[in-house]
Amino acid sequence: MARMTMIEAVRSAMDVSMGRDENVVVFGEDVGYFGGVFRCTQGLQAKYGKTRCFDAPINESGILGTAIGMAAYGLKPCIEIQFADYMYPAYDQITQEAARIRYRSNGDFTCPIVVRMPTGGGIFGGQTHSQSPEALFTHVCGLKVIVPSNPYDAKGLLIAAIEDPDPVMFLEPKRLYNGPFDGHHERPVTPWSKHDLGEVPEGHYTIPIGKAEIRRPGNAVTVIAYGTMVHVALAAAEETGIDAEVIDLRSLLPLDLDTIVQSVRKTGRCVVVHEATLTSGFGGEVVSLVQEHCFYNLEAPVVRVTGWDTPYPHAQEWDYFPGPARVGRALKEVMEG
Amino acid sequence: MTDVPHLSLHVPEPAVRPGGQPDFSNVKIPKAGSVPRPPVDVASEDIRDLAYSIIRVLNRDGEAVGPWAGLLSDEDLLTGLRNMMKLRAFDARMLMAQRQGKTSFYMQHLGEEAVSCAFRKALVKGDMNFPTYRQAGLLIADDYPMVEMMNQIFSNEADPLRGRQLPIMYSSKEHGFFTISGNLATQYVQAVGWAMASAIRNDTKIAAAWIGDGSTAESDFHSALVFASTYKAPVILNIVNNQWAISTFQGIARGGSGTFAARGLGFGIPALRVDGNDYLAVYAVAKWAAERARQNLGPTLIEYVTYRVGAHSTSDDPSAYRPKTESEAWPLGDPVLRLKKHLIVRGVWSEERHAQTEAEILDEVIQAQKEAESHGTLHAGGKPSVRDIFEGVYAEMPAHIRRQRQKAGY
Repeated sequence: MARMTMIEAVRSAMDVSMGRDENVVVFGEDVGYFGGVFRCTQGLQAKYGKTRCFDAPINESGILGTAIGMAAYGLKPCIEIQFADYMYPAYDQITQEAARIRYRSNGDFTCPIVVRMPTGGGIFGGQTHSQSPEALFTHVCGLKVIVPSNPYDAKGLLIAAIEDPDPVMFLEPKRLYNGPFDGHHERPVTPWSKHDLGEVPEGHYTIPIGKAEIRRPGNAVTVIAYGTMVHVALAAAEETGIDAEVIDLRSLLPLDLDTIVQSVRKTGRCVVVHEATLTSGFGGEVVSLVQEHCFYNLEAPVVRVTGWDTPYPHAQEWDYFPGPARVGRALKEVMEG
Repeated sequence: MTDVPHLSLHVPEPAVRPGGQPDFSNVKIPKAGSVPRPPVDVASEDIRDLAYSIIRVLNRDGEAVGPWAGLLSDEDLLTGLRNMMKLRAFDARMLMAQRQGKTSFYMQHLGEEAVSCAFRKALVKGDMNFPTYRQAGLLIADDYPMVEMMNQIFSNEADPLRGRQLPIMYSSKEHGFFTISGNLATQYVQAVGWAMASAIRNDTKIAAAWIGDGSTAESDFHSALVFASTYKAPVILNIVNNQWAISTFQGIARGGSGTFAARGLGFGIPALRVDGNDYLAVYAVAKWAAERARQNLGPTLIEYVTYRVGAHSTSDDPSAYRPKTESEAWPLGDPVLRLKKHLIVRGVWSEERHAQTEAEILDEVIQAQKEAESHGTLHAGGKPSVRDIFEGVYAEMPAHIRRQRQKAGY
């Protein structure tokens, strides 16, 4: 075991995978010699050579398109989109190509690729470096969508994603790269070295895709979150003193419906939290499933706490980010409901 | 500020519209045999002319002339002719089948048969094509069973793609034919990635990308050229310029670049233009490009100058946007008739043998169609299961899709 940041954990996952399987290749903008703008691929080119880890032109549709071709050949590309906000030029390749190649060819060709992308806000990145586009992927059949919340999960899930036979969107909450950020931006950063889930095995292990994890057992209300918002939800539970059960989804597609249903049937109350915008966000899907499966157990309307339906602002970042105060208010609201 | 002229937008127009006299005087046709054949390791800047000329082998008298001639044996050429005839007969039968309601949609190759049939011969087993919807000659020339193609077209119970894909969007890894998307240009850059993978693994296989004149305007075309150029990918970048993108003449996509081939020059990619209706020229140029790729010399861009004689698809009527007699005025002729004439000039073919072969092929196609129809057609007989809707979205069916399948009653 070693103490790792989420950056180191992600890097270790790629390192372990490249070491085990020579078909694993890593490329993207600035990922080669320099090791990525967030340093997630640092050292991989030196260790595995520049045909296994290399810089790509600034062309996201080209990065996805070539990765799809490589996967058709038999490689397992694990590519980086520098910021999730930059993935839009590649969206056609992701949704209409990667996601459907197995289906449309009846398995004659497949597309085992992983698309890593730093996601979410909290770093004063403004509207083009803060987005959370997960719902644009969960709406696409044929993709898997993962959002880890800590180094241990990030490594185990990334290795599982690389070994998965289908395309996986791997959204890394960039505000969690260096510590378990709970939304208290005014406080000093807590490093992962002081967190249990910063303890990461150095070798190979996987975490199954599609399994949620309960981060805080509780009986009063179920909070469903993923990524950065898991830590915000935990803080809100602590600060309000409400005995919330906090579920970390980890994988949005496929979704661990059983864990959600079991918890809401127990608590009878539910708050769904994400950083992405509200309307048609992934929370809408979760709420719909909760009412479908837990309607007769519900004691109060299900509440969503999300980013506002506006572009991610720059100066007003902390008024936009759904921090522990807003989540706390929602917890009280459903408890009173 | 008073002398500043007002701007006006330039919108290109084809030379002629319906009702007018077809006019291809703007298509400059060099004499067959007049374009030199450079060594395969030539630098793109040393053969800029080739991006603006047209490499031709067959002359008006049906003789093979010049430096690109002499690569194919009598037997090769007879097989080539047979493949093109087969594709033409196949198309005619399937068009009819579509009119009879046996399938929803069809796209034919009329006038373009040489491009895919001759190209296939330049590749070897293991190489991979990333085709568009008008390269079925790649399958025919590789002896892919016509019955399988028809099963796919009819979306019947034996459809290898289980009814999931539009007719003619074939897939065959075994025959080096990547699953056709139906979206335009997306596969051009995928071909480059496949070729990069082959190079990464120090393999010997090469890839071929396919696109039409209209789709070269897509950003994926440019992405493909960037990646191919940067990594010197062992890929042949094919542009089939058949003059028409549905109703849009090629000038709308080409803009001011002169030719489509010339697009390669800015990327440092050797670019050639070839007579797409000349089986020998297509093969010679494809072979040249394949040799470059195999010697790790990188990509080649090839523009095949041809003409889409038929409609874009069964949903299209070209008389609405171009003169009805335009195809007869096309200066590069008919690829089947030109190769036939050449073989007669060579003394290995005759009108009688041609007619006899035509009849044999028709028989073969009809037999295949009978067999395919025994497995059903789109609205009659055997069809894929409703279960097939839900299978194969993922390697392993996730719970939510299983629940939906059960809801559908399967």
